[in-house]
Amino acid sequence: MPLPDRDCLPDTGATSRAAFAMEHVSKRYGSVLALDDISLAFAAGSTTALIGSSGSGKSTVLRLLLGLEWPDQGCVRVDGQVLERSAVLALRRRVGYLTQDGGLFPHLTALGNLALLPRHLGWNAQRIRQRAQELAALTHLSPAVLERYPAELSGGQRQRVALMRGLMLDPDALLLDEPLGALDPIVRHELQDELKIIFDQLGKTVIVVTHDLAEAVWFADRLVLVRGGAVVQDGRFEDLRDRPASAFVTHFVQAQRRLPERSP
Amino acid sequence: MKRLLLVCGVLLLLPAWLQAEPVRIGSKQFTESVILGEVARISARDVGVDAVHERELGGTSILWSALQHGDIDVYAEYTGTITHELLKGVAPDADIATLRAKLKPLGIGITDSLGFNNTYAIGMRADRAAQLHIRRISDLLAQPGLRFGFSNEFMDRADGWPGLRQRYGLPQTQVRGLDHTLSYRAVASGAVDAIDLYSTDAEIPYYHLRTLEDDRHYFPRYEAVYLYRLSLEHSAPAVVTALRQLAGRIDEDAMRRMNARVKLQGIKDGVVAADFLGVRADADGVGFWSRLLQRSVEHVKLVVLSLGLAIVLAIPLGILAARLQRLGQVVLGLTGILQTVPSLAMFVFMIPLFGIGTWPAVAALFFYSLLPIVRNTYAGLVGIAPELRESAAALGLPPGVRLREVELPMAMRSILAGVKIAAVINVGTATLAALIGAGGYGQPILTGIRLDDIGLILEGAVPAALLALLVQGVFEGIERWLTPRGLRIEARL
Repeated sequence: MPLPDRDCLPDTGATSRAAFAMEHVSKRYGSVLALDDISLAFAAGSTTALIGSSGSGKSTVLRLLLGLEWPDQGCVRVDGQVLERSAVLALRRRVGYLTQDGGLFPHLTALGNLALLPRHLGWNAQRIRQRAQELAALTHLSPAVLERYPAELSGGQRQRVALMRGLMLDPDALLLDEPLGALDPIVRHELQDELKIIFDQLGKTVIVVTHDLAEAVWFADRLVLVRGGAVVQDGRFEDLRDRPASAFVTHFVQAQRRLPERSP
Repeated sequence: MKRLLLVCGVLLLLPAWLQAEPVRIGSKQFTESVILGEVARISARDVGVDAVHERELGGTSILWSALQHGDIDVYAEYTGTITHELLKGVAPDADIATLRAKLKPLGIGITDSLGFNNTYAIGMRADRAAQLHIRRISDLLAQPGLRFGFSNEFMDRADGWPGLRQRYGLPQTQVRGLDHTLSYRAVASGAVDAIDLYSTDAEIPYYHLRTLEDDRHYFPRYEAVYLYRLSLEHSAPAVVTALRQLAGRIDEDAMRRMNARVKLQGIKDGVVAADFLGVRADADGVGFWSRLLQRSVEHVKLVVLSLGLAIVLAIPLGILAARLQRLGQVVLGLTGILQTVPSLAMFVFMIPLFGIGTWPAVAALFFYSLLPIVRNTYAGLVGIAPELRESAAALGLPPGVRLREVELPMAMRSILAGVKIAAVINVGTATLAALIGAGGYGQPILTGIRLDDIGLILEGAVPAALLALLVQGVFEGIERWLTPRGLRIEARL
C-alpha cells in the first residue's frame, strides 16, 4: 500500500488553509476506478453538497477524508496537514459521520450508542446525559426515546440519534452520506428543515452527499457534481443551470420530475 | 547453608513420600483382567500396603504404555501377548525365564505363571458345529460361507485373525469386528457362526459352545502372569513377594469359576477375589447415591476443566481467525482436522503425553471443544454487517474498544451457541474417559457392557443424558442472560 503522502507537495497555499482538501487523488477498487485524479477543497465553516448518480464516487470522497480508505495516488489534507494513519483516530473524533442506515449498534440503547465514545474518553454518566439532553432538544427528539434500542425506533428517530452520536463531542465538521436516503417523504422533508437549521446554527464545516438535486440546493450554496470519479462542475445552482459545463450537467439538472400545476 | 540443609532434608524425605504413594494396579477391559486386578489389590492390602485399582483402562497397548510410564505399577498379562505384541525379536514359545531377562532392561518384572493358560480359541454353537461336522479349526476350510465375528483386538493383532487365516488358509470373507462381550450373544442368536474365545471364559458352558481344536497349533500359550515395575522391589517389596506367591495358585478351573461368578451370577469382582484368597472382602460401604455423586463429580470435573481451557484458547483463536483471513482458514482447518479424529483414538493419543487418568481425558475433550467455539466466534464476528463495523471505526474508537464494546457483544449469541455445543458434546464424549482411568459416568457403562448388565449401563447412561439436558438448559439461560437485550428485540422483529 502506498504511503498517503507519496505525491503530496509541501504547503500549497489555498488548499492548505481549507478544513479538508484532496489533491490529485485517485482510488481504485479492483477494476473500478472510483476516483480519477480529483482535487477539491472545503473551506472551514462552509456547507457543500456532493451530487451525482450512484457509483459516481461521491461517497468515496467522504471515506477518504475520514481515513476509512486511503488514496492510491494523491494526498488528503486536513487543516493543511497531510492525513496520516497515526492521526486518524483523533481526526474521526473531530468529525461527525452519518450514513444512510445510521450505523447504530443494535445491542446498545440510543443513549448507549451516544455514550460509547464519550465514556471511552472518560466522561462521567452525568455529563453524557446532559449532553444527550442538549442534543435531543436540538434534534427535536423526545428524551424518553433515548432509553430505547435501535430496533424500537422509527427511521427518522434512528437518523436523529445517529446525528446526535456524531455531534456528542461537538466536532468541527459533519460528513453526511445520503443521511435521509432511507426515509419516507414526510419524515425526509421534516428532517431536511431541521438539518438546514442545525447546519446554519452550528456553523460547522459540512459536506453532504446526496443524489437529490433539490435536497442539495436546499442544504448548500456550493454544489459539486461528480461523475465517473471526477468533478464535472463546481459552483452554485445558478451556475449549473445557466452555465452548464457539459451536456451531462444539463441532463442532470433537468432530470427532476415536476408535479402537474393546478389547472386554472 | 540453610538451603543445602533444606535440599538434603527434602532428599531424605522423598523416599518416604514416595513410599506413601499407593501401589497402582491396572486392569484391561474384560472381567478376568479385572478379577486378577482385584486379586493383586487385595493381596497388597493384606500385606499392609495401600493399593488402588485403576479398572478397565482399555486394551493391551494402553496398559503396557501406562506400566512403562509408571502410571500403573502392576497389571495381569499373558505370555502370548508379551511375545507377540510387547517384545520384539522373541520366539513365540519363549519361556518365562527368557521373558524375564528381556523385560528387565525395560524396568519391568514378571511373575511365574499364575497356573492357567487362557489361550485364544475359536468357538461355535455346539449344535451348529455338530450339524456341520466341525470339530477342528481345519474343518472350517470346507465351509467358506460361515460368518465370523471376532473381537476388535483379535482382528488386528499379529497373533489373531490375520495369522490364523494364513496358517489354516481359511477362505471365509464374512468377518466382522465385535466387542468381545457382545460376541457371545451374537453367536448364540445365530447372527454369526464362529467367534474368538478365551479358554477360561465363563460363557463357554453357559452358551453351550464348542471350542474347536487348534490342530495346527497356531495359538501360542497364554499363561497368565503379573507384570510389575521393578522399582516396586524397592518401594514396596512386600507387594512383589505377595504377587510372586500367587504363582501356580490359580488353575483354569478356578479362573473359569471366578469369571462365572462375576459375569453370570453378578457377584462383585472384589468379593470373588477376596473369597478366592480366603480373606474378607472390603466393606461395601459405597451406596448408590454416593457412587452417583462421586461419578458426577468426576464427570463434571472433566467437562468443566476441558471446556474452561477451550474457551480461554478458542475465543482468541476465533478473533484472530476473523481478523486475519488467511490465518483464519488455517486455524479453522486445523481445528476441523482435530474434530475428525475418532474419539476413542483421541483419548488413546493423549496417553503418551499425559499418562492415564483425568488429564489426558481433559486434553482430549479440550481438543474436541475447540472447533465449535472457534468456528462460532469466527462466524459471529465475520457476520457483523460491514456498515456497523465501519460505523464503529468512523466514531474514532480504537480497535480494542471496538472489539470489546461492539463486535464481541454483537457476536455473543453465536459464541455462546458454540460453547453450548461444545459442552453438550463434551458431556457425551466424556463417558469414554473411563477407558483411560478418568472415571465418570462411563465407568458403570463400561462395566455394564462387560457384564452384560443393562441396569449398570443405565446407571451411567441416564445421568449422562440428564447432565446433557441440564447443561443445555443452563447454557440457554446464560445465553438469554448474556445476549444484549437490543439484539433479542432485533431478532424478534
